Amino acid sequence: MSDATAQDEAFDGETFDDSHVLDPAATADSQETINQEITDIHEAYRKGVEAGEAQERQPRIDFAPYRSSLLRHPTKDLHHADPETIELWSPAFGERDVHILESDLTIQHNGEPLGERIVVQGRVLDGDGRPVRNQLVEIWQANAAGRYVHKRDQHPAPIDPNFTGVGRCITGPNGEYKFTTIKPAPYPWKNHHNAWRPAHIHFSLFGTDFTQRMITQMYFPGDPLFPLDPIYQAITDQDARDRLVATYDHSVTSHEWNTGYRWDIVLSGSNRTWMEEGEEH
Amino acid sequence: MSESTTKLVATPGQTIGPFYGFALPYEKDSQLVHRAHTGSIRLHGVVTDGNGSPIPDSMLEIWQADERGEISRETGSLVRDDHTFTGFGRVAVDNVGHYTFTTVNPGATEQGKAPFISMVVFARGLLNRLFTRIYLPEDTEALANDPLLSSLPEERRKTLIAEREPNGDLRFDIRLQGEGETVFLTYPGI
Ligand SMILES: [Fe+2]
Repeated sequence: MSDATAQDEAFDGETFDDSHVLDPAATADSQETINQEITDIHEAYRKGVEAGEAQERQPRIDFAPYRSSLLRHPTKDLHHADPETIELWSPAFGERDVHILESDLTIQHNGEPLGERIVVQGRVLDGDGRPVRNQLVEIWQANAAGRYVHKRDQHPAPIDPNFTGVGRCITGPNGEYKFTTIKPAPYPWKNHHNAWRPAHIHFSLFGTDFTQRMITQMYFPGDPLFPLDPIYQAITDQDARDRLVATYDHSVTSHEWNTGYRWDIVLSGSNRTWMEEGEEH
Repeated sequence: MSESTTKLVATPGQTIGPFYGFALPYEKDSQLVHRAHTGSIRLHGVVTDGNGSPIPDSMLEIWQADERGEISRETGSLVRDDHTFTGFGRVAVDNVGHYTFTTVNPGATEQGKAPFISMVVFARGLLNRLFTRIYLPEDTEALANDPLLSSLPEERRKTLIAEREPNGDLRFDIRLQGEGETVFLTYPGI
């Protein structure tokens, strides 16, 4: 560890007592060490699938290459429950909650934010392909330099006074959502030495049932940091990992204004009894 | 009844990460009712890790019926008017992993059922969200008959039942790992 890094950590430690740099699990392991751990876990997974084990669709919650997960995952299996009344419904959100302009992250200040203006759009569906309508989608992200507007983000990259990086919208009748924003940059973090996150946008989603509640991250196609990132690679299955990567879509790109990405989100299955399309009971 | 045949594979979850604090919390997010509301209670506790240390960067959400067991269909959770009960609350824990919601005791949603609050847990370091239930401790008969609680050994069962404090508040701690590890749930279709 260089002196500069040590100083930074000491500074963070004094000033931000809840900063992630204080995590006892944080280490100075090399990228090579992390890569090897990821490779070993993925290799064991592939052998298991070849031997007939089920394909995994969600991240492992016990994934040691992501050091902060060590003490923060349950060691006992999740317990199967049959959803009861409250769990079969979700909170309702609507126009009262979210202003239409909140889906444009580039107009929240007086000036234009710096960076590549993009549109990200897609649909929110449930496991049966039903659109999730009138539901809340929240996003947050770093700016074009890889910096969050967050007091604990100490990455020495510039804050953009014209970009906060928070957006919300309510899905339309076909489950559609659309955000106008700036393409975020990768940023360093302290999981291991020289650790960098691939560029991503955080997404928070609700379904028709509270059991469908989820938070995830959307990535951009072709990011060279994918193989190095223990958060992304905590999803051991390549098909499942691919589901977090948006597609460049030229029909979402608009003339002399923005480039465009498409990303559909599928929530887990609803456990309600659905009679007909759009009618819930 | 038209049973849809298109089964889609769910998008994977990812950790909430460390930097949600400027994005997800909002004004009165943890106040399902105003403190002055008749019957209001405090639901509080701490979130701890496998060492028993508090987790300072966790976010919790609850979703519950009102005192009569009715499930609210009202919008307005993000813009509280202090009158409408929407049943939803969100809270970012503080620097010592403590959280507080102001809410009401949920009624039973069906006759004879044990009332509970549904909770979802997010944290930096937690790669996917976790669901649990916060049962009210009073109706011991309903608790004894509850299908989920009955399927658990005693020492695990008690992790889902809140403690009633002398002033009427509810205490519910969340232990992500280790001794007294909270029971976390999975549902069909997940
Ligand atoms: Fe991030």
